[in-house]
Amino acid sequence: MFRVENLKFSYGKKEILKGIDFEINSSDIISILGPNGCGKTTLLKILLGFLKPSSGEVYFKNRPIKNIKTKEFFQKVAYIPQIHDAAFGYLVKDVVLMGRMPYKSLFSNYNNEDKKIALDALEILGIEHLQDEIYTTLSGGQRQLILIARAIAQQASVFIMDEPVNGLDFGNQYKLLNKIKELSKRNLTFIKTSHHPDHVFFASKEAIFLNEGRILEKGEPNKIIREENIEKVYNLKSKIANLYDRKICIAI
Amino acid sequence: MKIILTLFVILILLSLFSLTLGQYDLSIKQIIDFLFYKLGFGEVANSQLIQNIIVEIRFPRIIASILIGASLAISGVAFQSMFRNPLVSPGILGVLSGASFGAALGMIIFKKFILIQASSFIFGIIAVSIALFISMFNKQNQVILLILGGVVSSAFFSSLLSITKYMADPYNQLPAIVYWLMGSLALIDKGTIYIVTIPILLGIFLMIFLSKYLNILSLGDEEARSLGINVKLVRFTIIITATFISAFTVVLAGMIGWVGLVIPHIARLLFGSNNILIVPVTALLGAIYLLIIDNISRMLFSVEIPIGILTSLIGIPFFAYALKNVKKGWA
Repeated sequence: MFRVENLKFSYGKKEILKGIDFEINSSDIISILGPNGCGKTTLLKILLGFLKPSSGEVYFKNRPIKNIKTKEFFQKVAYIPQIHDAAFGYLVKDVVLMGRMPYKSLFSNYNNEDKKIALDALEILGIEHLQDEIYTTLSGGQRQLILIARAIAQQASVFIMDEPVNGLDFGNQYKLLNKIKELSKRNLTFIKTSHHPDHVFFASKEAIFLNEGRILEKGEPNKIIREENIEKVYNLKSKIANLYDRKICIAI
Repeated sequence: MKIILTLFVILILLSLFSLTLGQYDLSIKQIIDFLFYKLGFGEVANSQLIQNIIVEIRFPRIIASILIGASLAISGVAFQSMFRNPLVSPGILGVLSGASFGAALGMIIFKKFILIQASSFIFGIIAVSIALFISMFNKQNQVILLILGGVVSSAFFSSLLSITKYMADPYNQLPAIVYWLMGSLALIDKGTIYIVTIPILLGIFLMIFLSKYLNILSLGDEEARSLGINVKLVRFTIIITATFISAFTVVLAGMIGWVGLVIPHIARLLFGSNNILIVPVTALLGAIYLLIIDNISRMLFSVEIPIGILTSLIGIPFFAYALKNVKKGWA
């Protein structure tokens, strides 16, 4: 699906990514882990085409993304930003309807079919009762679900999320991860950044450990999230244990 | 759709009613009779006099109010969404300051009204070009630089305007400049109106077509791009469109403030934030608002009050009232 070759990126003189290669093919949840400033968000932005790499190439379905038209690309790839405050209080159904934009031209407007698709997306997330609410008045957890519904209305197969659970409470964090797990069974791929090893154990088939602009290790979370890697990357002593058939990571 | 149609009917009825207002009393019946007479039915007494009043004076003025009100309001709503800031007005990129300076300069150098208008228009465009030029200094933060560029450009042309006022002949030119800056529809001439009607209408309709992009632009550049739109192209088109139609308003009637800030708020207060609805609604509300204000400015006192003063005086309390709704997230 996504293939990245020798990716480098600098902000001014500061080199953020120093040569990254990987390939993502499974339709599941892929988490990118790493300390603040290691280039996680930069990498996502390059995958999305928001930033141009200083060298290297990103391929989507074997085509360089710079050669794919914006509209076409975003019919297949959706970006789910961190929860945010919109400047204006749009209705939830209007926010979800925006996901139909990649299918519209200057002279075509949203039609009944688009409205149906948007409503279906809200139903998939189980939040159709929110459709007439004002987006800005809702809680962070609800807003994140709405943004996911928008991506589903976009009918994309790859969802790119920047720290999706950021700013959510303990309960909502795991509810959201469960939702993502559930959705990933519909043949959808989620590429997300994560700050928390436990979240990666909980809901990822694959993880990429990023450190100082390079890939430290890539593979199954159970295999690559190890005490020595945590120490190397976060400079923190930790203990990884098994509990209820799942690994957990605690700082010590 | 129903809302838009209702407002449109209100605007038409209000325009007909406005034709009756003025020094010379005309009833609605006389006006309708005159319209039929023009279409070739029936007879009307004093037809030449009524022709003069309606066709030469009142009708152009009503058209001007409608066009100016709609232009300023629609530019305001577009800029507010695009800059993700509900406090932005059409003048943010300097078009009004530039056009005012252009007009003032024109009054000193030229005698001909058409040249003054041309100068006003051209400097309005130049002022926005300066803001756009400054925004290109830094590729990362273009929106912030665009706003700062607008501030710089506005300040620059305000200073130039002050110099022009200082240099102007204090007995004839200075009062003319000052009155122009207060905004007035009294100087509207039929010829100019008919020239600018088509471009202004084109601009308004283009903006209505762009309204669905405005929702998405208001989410920020990256999110807008991730929904498949060409952010730079859309933003540039909106800026150019808003600049042209705002510059035309200065050409026609000088500085008319607050319409572009207040009317979008009223529209959102009444009908929600969705730009697909709000953009055409704002245009109609702006037209209705300015038409009412112009009627007041003509009728309230025996001497006409500059309309720019009234739009502020009446608009500000409205705006203060709208601020009560901040808690609803500018709903």
